[in-house]
Amino acid sequence: MGRKRDIIFAGLVLLGLWEVSSLVLDSMALPEPWIVLFDLFQKITDGSLLDDLAISTVRALLGIFLALVTAVPLGLLIGVEAPLRKRLSPFIYLLYPVPHVVLLPLIIILFGIGNFSKIFLIALIVFFQVLVTTRDAAKNIHQNYYYSMQTLGASRLQVYFHVVLPASLPKILTAMRISIGTAVAILFFVESFATTRGLGYIIMDSWGRADYTSLYTGISCMALLGFGLYLILDRLERRMCRWAEVD
Amino acid sequence: MIEVNDASLYFKNDHSVNQVLKDVSFRVKPNSCCAIIGPSGCGKTSLLFLLAGLRKPDSGKIVITGTPETGTILQNYGLFPWKTVAQNISLGLVLKKVKKEIIEKRTAELLREMGLSGFGDHYPIQLSGGMQQRVALARALAVEPQILLMDEPLSSLDALTRERLQNLILGIQQSKKITIVLVTHSIEEAVFLGHKIIVLSKSPGQILQVVNNLEAGSREHRQQDIFFQRCKELRHVLKEEYDGQEA
Repeated sequence: MGRKRDIIFAGLVLLGLWEVSSLVLDSMALPEPWIVLFDLFQKITDGSLLDDLAISTVRALLGIFLALVTAVPLGLLIGVEAPLRKRLSPFIYLLYPVPHVVLLPLIIILFGIGNFSKIFLIALIVFFQVLVTTRDAAKNIHQNYYYSMQTLGASRLQVYFHVVLPASLPKILTAMRISIGTAVAILFFVESFATTRGLGYIIMDSWGRADYTSLYTGISCMALLGFGLYLILDRLERRMCRWAEVD
Repeated sequence: MIEVNDASLYFKNDHSVNQVLKDVSFRVKPNSCCAIIGPSGCGKTSLLFLLAGLRKPDSGKIVITGTPETGTILQNYGLFPWKTVAQNISLGLVLKKVKKEIIEKRTAELLREMGLSGFGDHYPIQLSGGMQQRVALARALAVEPQILLMDEPLSSLDALTRERLQNLILGIQQSKKITIVLVTHSIEEAVFLGHKIIVLSKSPGQILQVVNNLEAGSREHRQQDIFFQRCKELRHVLKEEYDGQEA
């Protein structure tokens, strides 16, 4: 497939740039990629990194999932029901620009320092990004689609299921694609303290020990995690929004 | 039987009130076709919305005797781009929770009848304008209506496709014995299909003239003298409505 070839090509170009940079810089802080890749390969085959990769993946996925199941229904509802939108939109505008990471101390007091706090913070940040996009997508659905449904005798719930959700889906998936970057960044943030597991911990710990190879192994793993999430999303999009692609 | 008695309709917004329809009264006999024609912005579409129950008149009454099944084809945005042709056609039945086997059977029948066999899995955007209109027709017919309401169903088509679809509509009307109300801006279409032609005035729309055209209802009608005579008559009435100016 051409797409696969393009991805491999891009990967090789980036590795090449990395190699050149590390040779030019000649610094401990940027080891050569093949050393990092070898370390990565070793740690994955001997299983020492798998736990951290798994726990980070689970935290990211659950955070995104939690955000989706709350933000999508709420966003659709606010987008379609005008009175609700008028009431709730000011709340969104006031709460959205708050940098939600600053709520971490509060979240820790409420939910402790365990996994749930970490997942909750990821969910909270993704939630707002998906909510705003979903609301706008649902709001802009052409009135005639509703009329068509009405002439076919659809109930309110059927309208949501057959029109509002599918019409908004491409934009929801775009919002998610943007959120994945944010989710991975927040994942690093929440894993950089009060935990001894996860890729964020590996990165911070290696940094502290000035073990730059391990540091970059952690970073590469996190990049791969983000990339994996993109691939999942891509597949979902091609399955569920085929109609938006055909031309 | 469809009966419209002194129906008036207003569009209200924050700043102004516009009268759209003024004291419109007419009847449509069962198994006949009624064409509504008039200058753009005369309230033709609003009148169809009243008949479809999508709006209520501000005064007057719409009576449809019996509780017949109604199929409606709205102008543009009628088909759902996220549903395949087959899913679009069967939607009315799905919403009514008809048994799956019956839905499949009837959808296949309609695909064949409308010359759409093999296109069931396509998305509307992949079809030509004429084919899209046939899908819209099939969807309206899927619920086996006794009344078919159409808002400029053929306006975006080229002349030949248009004539072929007019023949198709004629055939459907006769074989399925349904009552049709057709909004159009084409004089020839009104005369070819309408047993009764209602001419609406400029805004606010009121009935300018009712032309009886009982000769309609056969394909040969297009070639007959009476057809051209009626077209001429209609053109004359409409031209006067456009300020009596020669174009």
